[in-house]
Amino acid sequence: MDEFVFFLNKAVISGLIIGSIYALGAVGLTLIFGILRFAHIAHGDMMTLGAFVTLVLAGAVSLTGVQSPVPLSLIAFIPAMAITAVVAIGIDRMFYRPLRERGSRPIIIVMASVGVMLMLQGLVRILAGVGTRNMFFDQPKDIYRIALPGTPRELVLTEPQAVLIGFTAVAVIALHLFLTRARLGKAMRAVSDNPDLARISGIDINHVVAATWVIGGGLACAAGSLLSMDVVLKPDLSFNLLLPIFAAAIVGGIGQPYGAIAGGFLVGFSETLAIFNWSVLLRPFAGVLPAWLEVPGNLALVPTEYKLMVPFVILIIVLVYRPTGIFRGRVL
Amino acid sequence: MSFLSIDGLSAGYGQMSILSDVVLQLDEGEIGVIVGANGAGKSTLLKAMFGLVNITAGSIRLAGDDITGMAPERLAARGVAFVPQEYNIFPTLTVNENLEMGAYSRRDDFSAVIEGIYRIFPPLADKRRQMAGELSGGQRQMVAVGRALMIEPRLLLLDEPTAGLSPMFMSEIFDRVLAINATGVTIVMVEQNAKQALAIAHRGFVLANGMNAFTDTGANLLANPEVARSFLGA
Ligand SMILES: Nc1ncnc2c1ncn2[C@@H]1O[C@H](COP(=O)(O)OP(=O)(O)OP(=O)(O)O)[C@@H](O)[C@H]1O
Ligand SMILES: [Mg+2]
Repeated sequence: MDEFVFFLNKAVISGLIIGSIYALGAVGLTLIFGILRFAHIAHGDMMTLGAFVTLVLAGAVSLTGVQSPVPLSLIAFIPAMAITAVVAIGIDRMFYRPLRERGSRPIIIVMASVGVMLMLQGLVRILAGVGTRNMFFDQPKDIYRIALPGTPRELVLTEPQAVLIGFTAVAVIALHLFLTRARLGKAMRAVSDNPDLARISGIDINHVVAATWVIGGGLACAAGSLLSMDVVLKPDLSFNLLLPIFAAAIVGGIGQPYGAIAGGFLVGFSETLAIFNWSVLLRPFAGVLPAWLEVPGNLALVPTEYKLMVPFVILIIVLVYRPTGIFRGRVL
Repeated sequence: MSFLSIDGLSAGYGQMSILSDVVLQLDEGEIGVIVGANGAGKSTLLKAMFGLVNITAGSIRLAGDDITGMAPERLAARGVAFVPQEYNIFPTLTVNENLEMGAYSRRDDFSAVIEGIYRIFPPLADKRRQMAGELSGGQRQMVAVGRALMIEPRLLLLDEPTAGLSPMFMSEIFDRVLAINATGVTIVMVEQNAKQALAIAHRGFVLANGMNAFTDTGANLLANPEVARSFLGA
């Protein structure tokens, strides 16, 4: 039983956490692809940027001496989402829209987004330095321990993890309602389905594009902020995020928001299950197993340092066997 | 002065010129039918009327106002709607959502208009929550035309509404076109099925190589042996 709780903590909760992060990133990526038809390489760095904005806001408020009952970062990430959304629209106006209007091919815009990625990386390093930063500078992280019957071991969840799980649930429901009920949300799906007919129907593409960046930038900020609250803020956060969120978006079917969410959790759980040490679960059976079968100390499928291999392998398998992804998206 | 009046229109894609010096006049409440061989420029003419191709010369006037090269949302405000030849629905949106998108430029309550469209196309009424891409070809065409009708247009541009349909569905669509026209909507329709289409046309326009070849009433064109020989496959 203790071992099972260990499994819940190390594999299930961790999978849920990292899966939420990937899902929030992948949704933005897939919407941007669906509407604007290019792979937004700078999305990982939009997540880093969002986390940085959260840190700056929280830091600025703490300088005023305000006493807050909860860690400032946990509040600051909400306005930071709005700021990141505005920055995302600004980046689009400055770098991507002129190319679109000139009728540039998607690969050109992808290259522009590589440039934006490098720029954002440089910007965050200039402003925040290259070191790691603690998002909980004002007060320690609460840790929730949930007692389980029949075992002294407890489920462990930190404050930002709890917020992340709640936020992801709310964001998914809100996004669903927006896309199926709101006039602008339906127009987003229409543009993703058939941009020419959307234009013929008089849909204002600029509104739809702005909404896409608001959702993509806002969710990227939330994911980046909550991830760095859970661990620490590093300027190279995006390095470990970009591949998994692309894998999640492609697994889910490019352009399919629900697919991206499913893909995010699929990639997240695959990662944590692949690095989980399965021998822990076998240890209780050591007495009943035949003597010649000794349980090795480490039975993880992939060593932790190679965790990035998991989304990579998933990506290759999907691209070879089902390039449209689970939810039948577009082929890249 | 005609309700719709196209004068000396030349248009094309980028540098490539497709239409030259096209003339087309239609009175309010009429059905105009454009026929011609594949590649004659029929679709290009409709797209030019909807501001979707490069116009190099000439003018398009609607009820006396110049609408040459006007953007779709402004045309919608003037009551012009267009059903393209291909890719004319939103496949992953429901039937009802397709109709709502047709009304995107309207800010008033259009629920009565939607119900009116389900009366014109009864097969759609039970499928309103179904994805449009899952419907049969005939029903998809109904969605496409229904979407365009959502602005309650004065002028409806239809590009081959019967393409790929079996003869039974074809006459059903022609019946609907007549019914829509009976409500006062002026219609410009491109058709491959020239004989049936000219039979319901007030005015017919035969295009060849991007130019006017014959222009007359529908009945006269059908009776014209030269038109019959070269364009009606008879
Ligand atoms: N998007 C485009 N870009 C470049 N050329 C085009 C484009 N669309 C059509 N054309 C060319 O313009 C000419 C006229 O095409 P159009 O579609 O108007 O013909 P059509 O009379 O509608 O034919 P069909 O009966 O096959 O629909 C053709 O030579 C076609 O190859
Ligand atoms: Mg055509």
